[in-house]
Amino acid sequence: MTTLYFVIMVALVPVAFWAARRRAFAVVEGRPGVLHSLPTYHGLLVAVIVFIPMLVVFALGTPAVGRLAEARAVAALPSDVAADLLRRSAVMREVANVASGNHAGDPAPGIRAAADSLVATRDAGHLAVLVLGLAVAAAAFAFAYRRIAPAFRARNHFERFVRVVLMACAAIAILTTIGIVFSVVFETYRFFFDPALKGRPTVSEFLFGTEWNPQAAMRADQGDIRTAFGFVPLLTGTLLITAIAIAVAGPLGLFSAIYLAEYASPRLRASVKPILEILAGIPTVVLGFFAALTVAPLIRGWGESFGLDVSSESALAAGLVMGMMIIPFISSLSDDVINAVPQSLRDGAYALGSTKSETIRRVVLPAALPGIVSAFMLAVSRAVGETMIVVMAAGLAAKLTFNPLDAVTTITVQIKTILVGDQEFDSAKTLAAFALGFVLFFVTLMLNVIALQIVRRYREQYD
Amino acid sequence: MPEALSIRTAAESSPAAATAATAAPREIKVTARDVNVSYGEKQALFDVDVDIAARSVMAFIGPSGCGKSTFLRCINRMNDTIPICRVTGRIEVDGRDIYDPEIDVVQLRARVGMVFQKPNPFPKSIYENVAYGPRLHGMATNKAELDAIVEESLRRASLWKEVSDRLEQPGTGLSGGQQQRLCIARAIAVSPEIILMDEPCSALDPIATARIEELIDELTENFTIIIVTHSMQQAARVSQRTAFFHLGRLIEEGPTEQIFSNPKDRRTQDYITGRFG
Repeated sequence: MTTLYFVIMVALVPVAFWAARRRAFAVVEGRPGVLHSLPTYHGLLVAVIVFIPMLVVFALGTPAVGRLAEARAVAALPSDVAADLLRRSAVMREVANVASGNHAGDPAPGIRAAADSLVATRDAGHLAVLVLGLAVAAAAFAFAYRRIAPAFRARNHFERFVRVVLMACAAIAILTTIGIVFSVVFETYRFFFDPALKGRPTVSEFLFGTEWNPQAAMRADQGDIRTAFGFVPLLTGTLLITAIAIAVAGPLGLFSAIYLAEYASPRLRASVKPILEILAGIPTVVLGFFAALTVAPLIRGWGESFGLDVSSESALAAGLVMGMMIIPFISSLSDDVINAVPQSLRDGAYALGSTKSETIRRVVLPAALPGIVSAFMLAVSRAVGETMIVVMAAGLAAKLTFNPLDAVTTITVQIKTILVGDQEFDSAKTLAAFALGFVLFFVTLMLNVIALQIVRRYREQYD
Repeated sequence: MPEALSIRTAAESSPAAATAATAAPREIKVTARDVNVSYGEKQALFDVDVDIAARSVMAFIGPSGCGKSTFLRCINRMNDTIPICRVTGRIEVDGRDIYDPEIDVVQLRARVGMVFQKPNPFPKSIYENVAYGPRLHGMATNKAELDAIVEESLRRASLWKEVSDRLEQPGTGLSGGQQQRLCIARAIAVSPEIILMDEPCSALDPIATARIEELIDELTENFTIIIVTHSMQQAARVSQRTAFFHLGRLIEEGPTEQIFSNPKDRRTQDYITGRFG
């Protein structure tokens, strides 16, 4: 039924468009110059006027039909079942199965009756929605079609519609963001302040505790293992891996950007830049097993040949590969901002007797610095938020260490570890993920704000 | 002005002969012989010969695309930064060929400063803009010396009074005319012998232009100035000698007064009377 509705709608909209367009030609006897708006705009406007009401009827009608059908089915059930909420929902699942023909064997007569009632109501309701939709479409079409006249401002009305559609798209994106923030904030609040929650830490325990051990909170009988939600080891792990990644990607990315922007011939630049950007397109899970299977053993082998104690999963391996991942962010953006520095500044420097590298160091880079900083900020927030590489290469041990050869864990990895598999949403362990998510969100938000602020200042630099 | 120093073909005379023929010998700062410049396939300058006297103002005039800026940029080898640009012939500063492979272009540019069409202060403070060159060439050993160079340069560019109380503010925050004088101060700060000016007033209003012209006059005391200009009035006001370029050739060169009052070449006359250009 739903499919039929959509097929009809998709068929009717072009029909409305063509009919209105022809009508627009007809009212001016084939002289479109007389019209205020082109015939196509009249067509588009009528098509929209037909499409929107049909969509609204469907969007409101279908759920209403579903609820009505369910109510009818409940009414058909024996009264003692209908009164007991828990039994009712179990029976209703069975009813739904019978109605969709998925039920094995013969259902009980009561359930059969309810299912029949459900199906009958639903079919009738869908038919009603279809008829109503068609009626509304016809009425809308008649209304709009009659308004086609030389002086009618179809173009202006259509422009207004376009604006509303674009605004709605923007609003959806913003509302989604707000929704995510609220869900994280709400669960975080529960994690810290819900009195029903066992084992929840205080805010200061969370922020300043040096031990992270959420597993114990799951089972009451593991009395000897202390539950701990100290967030500090995760933060140090995140910072350690991010620092390694930036130490790798910063110089490599920046220097390759300088080479591409200042030294490479335009032809070389045109071919090398896309290749570098492919690096950004490699899925992080692929980089992850590169880190775990190639880089980590390599580092371990080297470390052992120097007599160092290297764990098989190390912050260094994860950081190095993450550095590779973010090179394109730094190089590509830095390359763009270096290119945006006006040639006249370079000329000025050359004319004073600067060499090429002096010009770059003393004039070009300082002028491009704000843009380069924001490229770094973006790379840092990518590194902070990266999960997969760290899961595969850095391990899960929440150790408070700054030794890059140790296994560490990060905020994102812990969120992933906590939430993988079946979870109950009333344990401190699960809610801890939201608190971590909130902190992570706050950190990256701050980085973005700083980057934006710098970009804003950058715009005022030279013009 | 001695007539013997007007344009010649290379065959006709050498710089030595020119000096000998002069009643009151002037010091020649820049000599160009048979200068040809091409950008890839397109030749922009043909056989330019010219002598430029020390501590005077030489103006290059001519219609757009006539090669006057191209020639100007040959004198400090700024054309080196354009990969497809090829320069042949001989340009000498103080008798030394500047296209000699022995010549260090960095040192050359320290001796031959340049001011551009559009003011291009670095996005640094006013002080740092002027101090850039002296720092680069190690001209000051301590802060006090650097301060002295900056102040002296700004004074000579007649900008000191306007900016002495805000040296730490960005140079890009000044007005267009002030920015251009800042660029002149920046060029002066490395004590060049020659200053090339590529239409230095074309982005400025008349009042700022008048100030720059005054300044050019004062600078003649110490510097050799070569100025490219679109404005014939400006050439007449600031220069002692003028060279007229047309279609990549130097058509006529002589004392400014003579070029404007009694040009020898028909094309010069047509240009200065506004028949083309």
